[in-house]
Amino acid sequence: MSEIILDSNGFQKAVETLSKDIFEKNKNIADIAVVGIQHKGVCVAKRLLAGLAKLAAIDERDIPFGTLDITLYRDDLDNFGADMPVIKDTLIPFDISKKKIILVDDVLYTGRTVRAALDVLMHFGRPKCIQLAVLIDRGHRELPIEAGYTGFKSVIDGKVKVECKEMDGQDRVIIL
Amino acid sequence: MSLNRKDLLGLEHLDKKDLQLILDSVKPFKDLFTRSVKKAPTLIGKTVVTLFYEPSTRTRTSFEIAAKRLSADVVNLTVSASSVVKGESLIDTGKTLEAMKADYVIIRHSLSGTPDILARNLNASIINAGDGFHEHPTQGLLDLYTMYEKKKTLEGLRVLLVGDILHSRVAKSNIWALTKMGAKVSVAGPPTLIPDKIEELGVKVYYDLDEAIKEADVVNILRIQLERQQENLFPSVREYVELYQLTKERLAKAKSGVMIMHPGPMNRGVEISSDVADSPNAVIYEQVTNGIAVRMAVLYLLKPNNKGKK
Repeated sequence: MSEIILDSNGFQKAVETLSKDIFEKNKNIADIAVVGIQHKGVCVAKRLLAGLAKLAAIDERDIPFGTLDITLYRDDLDNFGADMPVIKDTLIPFDISKKKIILVDDVLYTGRTVRAALDVLMHFGRPKCIQLAVLIDRGHRELPIEAGYTGFKSVIDGKVKVECKEMDGQDRVIIL
Repeated sequence: MSLNRKDLLGLEHLDKKDLQLILDSVKPFKDLFTRSVKKAPTLIGKTVVTLFYEPSTRTRTSFEIAAKRLSADVVNLTVSASSVVKGESLIDTGKTLEAMKADYVIIRHSLSGTPDILARNLNASIINAGDGFHEHPTQGLLDLYTMYEKKKTLEGLRVLLVGDILHSRVAKSNIWALTKMGAKVSVAGPPTLIPDKIEELGVKVYYDLDEAIKEADVVNILRIQLERQQENLFPSVREYVELYQLTKERLAKAKSGVMIMHPGPMNRGVEISSDVADSPNAVIYEQVTNGIAVRMAVLYLLKPNNKGKK
């Protein structure tokens, strides 16, 4: 049995809240760039991009957007056996120096993904700052990393799955 | 995503699925080259040994850069400086490297099958960097990737290999891989430098380059080893140049978008004329860049780990 923690409506509201909070703290939208962590973080990042563009009343293409894959920076590559993970695109088509990066993931759990993502970003240049936005914070941190913006927060023991329209046909978050 | 093997000894034993997996894995590594830090911590703490019993600059350098960009430690052993001159056997050398905790051994040797002997006796991942007349799998893969990147598909692609097919491990690796991927491969060269029964590999043989070049989408020119002339395999360099050098005049007979490749190092004025080597059709330096990305992908896919193999 899977338990729904966010339905389509809740998902939408969480994204709206996140966009509002981010915009509130970063009124100068020209400084901002949004980067989504592969795979589902990209989906959430695109929603936030649209939300931010709407709030700032600009075209979303005017906000720099990138995707980031952490595979080559993982700390657990020795545990994969012969079956190495597939590496997805890291596309950051803008100079990150002097930008405020909104780093986006779907779920914040141990913090290890974010640690790796920070290292990837640092290899692209020296951003002015990096702020972390996540749709779900499910607790159980193993590293001292916290999100600046959270859509839904609760300590969850089961496996959390984020589904979004673009990839799964519907927006929702479930516990498997 | 798995090659299900510890070693890369040749392309003969990879199937189409494996080759496609490697081709699909290269781009993320090539993307690293565009970053301000061209390095990732993927192989941090791993040791890569290059063990070269034959001289090589570009292949060894390419492997070294590939391994370093993935943060591995690299040790280069060349034959003259090693204990081989003191008579140590190949397996003993390998065991010694393993006792020093080498995770990968990249070997080049003039005898075909040498990497296979090491692979059977060591737990480390063995990568063949060229063995005798047998194979040079990473060169084959980088040629394959360069074609795939430019032409988008290998299915039905007409690839012509020119020159000394008999002694060329690059040609063998190209033929194995390209035919599996559905390319139409032909070879052209002097009859003395074309192996017997090569048609059995699904390859078409030409002795006339002017005829062969007409249909080709890609021409991969092999290096002529000038010492072969002393073995009387071709009468003179001048005659070879006359009949088989890729010149501007011959290039004019090919399709306009034909891609010119060469594994290097080039003998300008022998197998390829200087103006062809520098023409817009040539992708020779892109091959070099791709070589690093392809070797990074191979190191990644063969990564030693805690599960399965030691």
